[in-house]
Amino acid sequence: MNILEALLVFLVFPGFVFMVIVGMLISWVDRKVTARVQFRVGPPLLQPLYDFLKLMGKETVVPRGASRLAFFGAPLIGLAGAVFVGTMVGVAMFLGKGFGGDVIVAIYMLVLPSLAVIMGGIASKNPLASVGASREMKLIVGYELPFILALAVPVIQSGGRLQLAALLQYQAEHGSFATTLSGLVALVIAILCIQAKMAVVPFDQAEAETEVMGGALIEYSGPALAMYKLTKILMFYAVPMFVVTLLWGGFGDLSAVAIVLGVLKYLVLVVLITLIRNTNPRVRIEHAVAFFWTWVSIPALAAVVLAAVGL
Amino acid sequence: MGVKVRALMKSPWVFHVSAGSCNNCDIEILDCLCPRFDIERFGALLVGSIRHADALLVTGAMNRKSARRVRQLYEQAAKPCLVIAIGACALGQGIFRDSYSMVQPLDEVLPPGAVTVYVPGCPPRPEAMIVGVVKALNQLVPAKQPVEAKKEQADE
Repeated sequence: MNILEALLVFLVFPGFVFMVIVGMLISWVDRKVTARVQFRVGPPLLQPLYDFLKLMGKETVVPRGASRLAFFGAPLIGLAGAVFVGTMVGVAMFLGKGFGGDVIVAIYMLVLPSLAVIMGGIASKNPLASVGASREMKLIVGYELPFILALAVPVIQSGGRLQLAALLQYQAEHGSFATTLSGLVALVIAILCIQAKMAVVPFDQAEAETEVMGGALIEYSGPALAMYKLTKILMFYAVPMFVVTLLWGGFGDLSAVAIVLGVLKYLVLVVLITLIRNTNPRVRIEHAVAFFWTWVSIPALAAVVLAAVGL
Repeated sequence: MGVKVRALMKSPWVFHVSAGSCNNCDIEILDCLCPRFDIERFGALLVGSIRHADALLVTGAMNRKSARRVRQLYEQAAKPCLVIAIGACALGQGIFRDSYSMVQPLDEVLPPGAVTVYVPGCPPRPEAMIVGVVKALNQLVPAKQPVEAKKEQADE
């Protein structure tokens, strides 16, 4: 792969531009489904684009006494993490390439957007933002363990393969992991963890608008806020796609049928997340952590054991 | 019309400032977000933080406690930010006009020219508020005004 080709892959397809387009479409789907659930009409198709452009044109207010470096650095770090994961998943899925251990790198990179929220919240020197940041920290402690356990299931089942492309290859030969018992449990757990990872109800304590007025993002405005929104849009592509790739066979062999099926799987996952978010109230942070440590972690451990014995 | 103004017109995020209102206007504002009127059709969202806001919906009669805070909120908002005065109280203090605790009406508390649109009523109907937001957004486009005025004259 020469440099021009690599740039094209990273910036256009399946990298940044492709991710932004898919992410914006899917966040429109999310808002539209939400609106329909509430018997409303919902926003027009280009709404996420308008929101982003508008925020880019607004003034940025920096709170007095805030650390400028951390305040403006945090959104970029989060964006970088989301772009990194999305590109890795896309390259593995559409081009069949990758490097050894990229599953582990992806898991690390997926923490970056949450880390950015914590960093930005603390840097903005606002008590409500600090509350939001501390909630985000607790939430990470809660959901990271079951998420990693759920993602360990395909690795164990495939005999220790740690490469996205290799895992896809394995699923093409043996059927997707979601068809086995341990894989199915892992998929359900992964869906719950996505809910917390993308900070949507019932696990949006860090950005709770009615309690802490936007939480960690309370002081952000203009382009810096736009970066956070873009990160969220990209996470809407990256996280469900990552789970579909790891546990549900991804886009398979890239034949027309497999691609349609893959898109359907991704849509089912996203709509499921949206429906969970629309039919549940926000839980308190200690309840969220307790939920993840008991009702999610224990089945996750069971899934790992099941995978180890070959179910 | 630049991209900036166009995008702002398509996605006005509103922030609800209740400056000592009797709650009637507040409830009518929430009606705008509900299924019957659903202002998310036009891209409007109710936001929790003043920094995210593009339009302040101010209700209530500005008493001694709240007037200073309304001004602070306006200063904290990221510009460009529209201010829409909603209800008789926000317009001219309404029935609380001669009360001991009232200071000034909204447009004297905020810097001159800050209030973009006044929506009268006690409380105003949600349709009136939506018209108010639309008028406020149209004021962002200076070139559009004369054209419409001419058209209206022609119609007459």
